[in-house]
Amino acid sequence: MIMPITIRAIKKSEPGRMKAASIRIGAIILALVASSLFILLLSLNPADVYIKMIQGAFGTAYRIKETIVKAIPLVITSLGIAIAFKMQFWNIGGEGQIAIGSFAASYFALYMNDMPMPLMLTVMILAGMLAGGLWALIPAFFKAQWGTNETIVTLMMNYIALKWVMFLQYGPWRDPKSLGFPKIANFPQNAVLPKLLGVHVGWVIALILVVVVYIFINHTKKGYEIAVIGESMNTARYAGINIKKTILIAIMLSGGLCGLVGMIQASAVNYTLSVEITGGVGYTAIITAWLAALSAPLILIVSILFAALLEGGSYIQTVFGIPQAAAEILQGIILFFVLGSEFFVRYKFVIVKKHSAIAEKGAD
Amino acid sequence: MEAVISFLHAAIVAGTPLLFATLGEIITERSGNLNLGVEGMMLMGAVIGFMVGLNTESTTLALLAAMIAGAGGALIFAFLTITLRANQVVSGLTLTIFGTGFADFVGQDLIGQIAPESLRLFFRPYTIPLLGDIPFIGPVLFRQDAFVYLGYAASILLGLYLYKTSTGMNLRAVGENPGAADAAGINVTLYKYLHTLLGGALCGLGGAYLSLVYVPALQEGVTAGRGWIAVALVIFATWNPYKALFGAYLFGGLDIIGFRIQNLGIDVSQYFIDMLPYLVTITVLVVVSMRKSREKAGPKACGIPYFREER
Repeated sequence: MIMPITIRAIKKSEPGRMKAASIRIGAIILALVASSLFILLLSLNPADVYIKMIQGAFGTAYRIKETIVKAIPLVITSLGIAIAFKMQFWNIGGEGQIAIGSFAASYFALYMNDMPMPLMLTVMILAGMLAGGLWALIPAFFKAQWGTNETIVTLMMNYIALKWVMFLQYGPWRDPKSLGFPKIANFPQNAVLPKLLGVHVGWVIALILVVVVYIFINHTKKGYEIAVIGESMNTARYAGINIKKTILIAIMLSGGLCGLVGMIQASAVNYTLSVEITGGVGYTAIITAWLAALSAPLILIVSILFAALLEGGSYIQTVFGIPQAAAEILQGIILFFVLGSEFFVRYKFVIVKKHSAIAEKGAD
Repeated sequence: MEAVISFLHAAIVAGTPLLFATLGEIITERSGNLNLGVEGMMLMGAVIGFMVGLNTESTTLALLAAMIAGAGGALIFAFLTITLRANQVVSGLTLTIFGTGFADFVGQDLIGQIAPESLRLFFRPYTIPLLGDIPFIGPVLFRQDAFVYLGYAASILLGLYLYKTSTGMNLRAVGENPGAADAAGINVTLYKYLHTLLGGALCGLGGAYLSLVYVPALQEGVTAGRGWIAVALVIFATWNPYKALFGAYLFGGLDIIGFRIQNLGIDVSQYFIDMLPYLVTITVLVVVSMRKSREKAGPKACGIPYFREER
């Protein structure tokens, strides 16, 4: 292999904020171009499709509200996922934690609903968070104790949680009044989250949590310890951080936030528990959390944009008759580009002569 | 006795798609790449293999197409993680999302169609002379369809490749310590690319078995989480292709045990039986991690992008 000149990628010392942002925006534009090719394959005009998507997400007051309703679970779940990911704990069990949180909150809403509304909702929120947190604590315990691969365990637990909800819906919790339709009874009025400015109060909870999680990750000792563990287990051990305890606390929080989402979706959106309660949010949130570089304020923005993509996506389905799967492909394309762009944020290219490269290596 | 033989026979059939996906992921992880896109690649293989099979009625072309589809998915992953050094976990998850969308989109007009007659004939059970007559073992192992035999061959060949050839040894070195492998003159990038693509092709084959032989029709989400179980089976099999054979058939048995239990007249909710493979997977992972030993650990550099400058 004789090449006099070669291009080498070198790690940037400190990527500039503006530069990083412009590279990411460039990646999204490229993704839109690639998506356009895909839309052209469907023999549609990409510009038309994009305009309709924006209209579908933000065109009328009603659609804006729908987009916000879609964004709420994404924001909160992404925050939960971000706490775990910050620690390099790959919690892909958001789906299961949402389902179990929803199950616990629903138990009180259905069977112990003899309470005034504020108390009822508080009990449901606590039940949802606690159940989601405990469900996540199982893989966290295995991880902390024996280093068990959490990716697979959290994922397997999603299936178990969903089968459990399915069992309830088709078995003991099935509403006898629903005339053979496998459905759980709707919650009483005192178990439904009230609306504020036309959207259920989940949006207020989400905004508060963005601030709380931001402060927790960036300005508390625990948040810092989580980041250190994520950077390097050895550094954390050397610094005297109680690794096991920190893992358990962080994942309990992570699962607790997902459990809260389960409560909100059951109470304010579905008005009951069902197998469709998670709606894939647990998986989508992984993407949004990552695209937002695990930063709480960015999660808010990315989640709203993603919710708009989903809302706009379902709108173009009805307008152009594009199948649901096309929207998933578009999501995949956009993600691939953004993931790939990280390389150009972290590395720069230099052209070097082969000789100097060898000389440099010898000097290392 | 008849019932036991029929159960074991069916367990092997149900385990075959898991086997291909597990072997694919073993080869991928041996090169140091943790590709969580197995489910997506299986779906891509299932749909493309089915589509080509339906249109050409050729078994060879159908299987080839399924392998190319799986490898195509793996190529996206490989480019992102090897060349661009993107995070492997997130890239793999994205591949699964993309693959699911791709399969739903391409397969939307084919859903519910049945695999063509010629392919079903090709994959009907075939008794191997002599071996098929061995009592008990014969009817269980050697009266299977061609795809199952391909599974036996694939795990033995991969085992020989990994442990008995010099390229296999190089591959293991790349997965354990890419820096040292690079210094020894092994082309790390090439090894990673080739084996990630080969792994994807095997996952594609696993998917094709589901749509062309096991069901044999195209259903939406035909893999039903099998790709994820395969990722866990890799750990269960301790990255060893021979052990993958047993693991896959064991989980194949778990997959079908529900119907059999209910046929015996035992009243257990279907939903609890459905939880079994997942519960067993978790138990296995925990037990494996408790008895941690050197040979049972995975390739050391698995999941870490390799960058020569940071050696």
